[in-house]
Amino acid sequence: MLRFLVRRLLGAVVILALISALTYLLFFTLPSDPALLSCGKNCTPANVALIHHNLGLDKPVPVQYGEYMAGIFTGRRLPLGNCPAPCFGLSFANDAPVWTILSSRYPTTLSLAVGGAAVFLTVGVGLGLVSAWTRGSLFDRLASSVSLMGQSVQIYFIGPLAIYLLVDRLRWLDPGADPDWSHDPAGAVGGLVLPCLVMSVIFWSNYSRQTRSLMIEQLAEEHVRTARAKGMGRGYVFFRYALRGAMGPIVTLFGIDLGSVFGGAIITETTFGLHGLGQLAVAAVTQTDLPLEMGVMLFSSCAIVLFNVVIDASYAFIDPRVRLL
Amino acid sequence: MTTATEDRPTGPPEGTPGTEPFLSVRDLRVRFATEDGLVKAVDGLSFDLPRGRTLGIVGESGSGKSVTNLAVLGLHDPRVTTVTGDILLDGRELTHAPRRALERLRGNTMSMIFQDSLTALSPYYTVGRQIAEPYRKHTGASRARARRRAVEMLGRVGIPRPERRVDDYPHHFSGGMRQRAMIALALVCDPELLIADEPTTALDVTVQAQILDLLADLQRERGTAIVFVTHDLGVVAGVCDEVLVMYAGRCVERGTVRDILKSPRHPYTWGLLGSLPRMTDDADEPLRPIPGTPPSLLTPPPGCPFHPRCPYRDQVPDDRCRVERPPLAPEGGGRASACHLPDERVRELTPGAVR
Repeated sequence: MLRFLVRRLLGAVVILALISALTYLLFFTLPSDPALLSCGKNCTPANVALIHHNLGLDKPVPVQYGEYMAGIFTGRRLPLGNCPAPCFGLSFANDAPVWTILSSRYPTTLSLAVGGAAVFLTVGVGLGLVSAWTRGSLFDRLASSVSLMGQSVQIYFIGPLAIYLLVDRLRWLDPGADPDWSHDPAGAVGGLVLPCLVMSVIFWSNYSRQTRSLMIEQLAEEHVRTARAKGMGRGYVFFRYALRGAMGPIVTLFGIDLGSVFGGAIITETTFGLHGLGQLAVAAVTQTDLPLEMGVMLFSSCAIVLFNVVIDASYAFIDPRVRLL
Repeated sequence: MTTATEDRPTGPPEGTPGTEPFLSVRDLRVRFATEDGLVKAVDGLSFDLPRGRTLGIVGESGSGKSVTNLAVLGLHDPRVTTVTGDILLDGRELTHAPRRALERLRGNTMSMIFQDSLTALSPYYTVGRQIAEPYRKHTGASRARARRRAVEMLGRVGIPRPERRVDDYPHHFSGGMRQRAMIALALVCDPELLIADEPTTALDVTVQAQILDLLADLQRERGTAIVFVTHDLGVVAGVCDEVLVMYAGRCVERGTVRDILKSPRHPYTWGLLGSLPRMTDDADEPLRPIPGTPPSLLTPPPGCPFHPRCPYRDQVPDDRCRVERPPLAPEGGGRASACHLPDERVRELTPGAVR
């Protein structure tokens, strides 16, 4: 088990190193020269060279990359200012360390992603379980047809609709706010309920349909039949045997969806006017703020890769045969 | 076809003390609703099994052996399956018994050894837990006692160092050990009816012999009634008291093991026996399989279901084999066969047909 985890973690490190190298190469070898942008109208070659030097762009790309990566762990002293660890460079646009900006923004996105995932896993898997249990019933058929509709729903459509109905008309929920976990945790939860709900809706149907069919598949498995032949009760067989078998594929599906979950969180924060990574990334791109773009990119990849390791570990927890690998 | 001929019990006459059938199946019909139509997987099957006796059910794949056994345990999915007829276990009607009543019997009074232990055991739980579960459920034993019982059962089926293997997962076990664990699971509550669905097919002969001995011991100690499903006529000869030959969801012949193996009456039984390789044959003697394949149960052939593969159908006048389904005609002593061939012809043909 420990060996399994260590191997997964090492694999994650390799993947992250590859991602960082590739994105670094992409961003910093692009034809757009940040020096030219910040140089303004009275640009002389001397000015450009100075800016290049200040940004560290006069060194060979591998050296730049090495210093950049080392800075993440040790911090850096840059010509334009100090950058404590974890240093992702200084933002071109406002001269602040990228990490300072990132750390003020990622809690919103992360909270949305985690909260939304918790909601859609509960609701989606729950609906699927009820459908499988009452297979062929009115509920099952209704859930199937509603699922079909749910699939074609978009966040930017139901978001405003939900705000209009649940906030403006019924006044049931808060309109959504950036969470401040350290000072106002209750308010943070209240401000996240509606965005998380809205974000989760697009995932419900897929998870309920998958759960339903996985459960029906599992209930027909021979080892589940053995459990019934032992005289175990219907609920026991359903949850202990069939659900146990269905959990692996559900978790795998969730792992594949991690990217979409982050994507969904970013669309949701835009819909609700929240200040998360999505807005930050858009701003970074429009201002050609390469260090900030790089930082958002790396941070998101790190989050997804780490969540994947957690998912792999939970997979080994669910299926004892995986522990052999 | 009249029920009068089908419904005659094979066992000893009813009312004799101590020999009343423990399991009695009457006119069992199992139908599956499929997209292509209704599959008559079992079509009017009757048999009796007293305590302490072993009934062998033989027949090709798809002849309805396993479907019959799943019906006895009530394991068919009622959404797609209709089970009609009577299944009486110690006088209790099971066909329409409530789910909870069946759950109390399953794994307890009646249990089943499944054929493929790789898929029949759950990969997610330890072998010990899977064996202990029904014991806890049916006897109310504590976790610790059930675990001790699981260790004891693993020891009884010949797993070495059972106290260490009890916490292993099925994938840690070899195929033979898994099958033994499956058997331990079926026997953990000392069932009175044991249905063994090809329990030894996957095992090598020495292990097979141990398992058969184990079942025989259990039967001697506890008077267990055993239904033994197998293709292996050698095993039938060793363990069964009576044999029921199934073809296309029906019984085509039944009798004592001696009747069936020494003087079979039905051309299908001849085919089964004739297809066996013999130790006395030359090594290059070709096998003699029954030609053709089992019929579709969706659209069974008219007349005798075996007629398309039967080499003797032209010896029956008036094309009766193609038109009229032969009834299962009882011949006394629990013996019966369903064939249009006249008795004299059967007696003439038997030696040559089986060699």
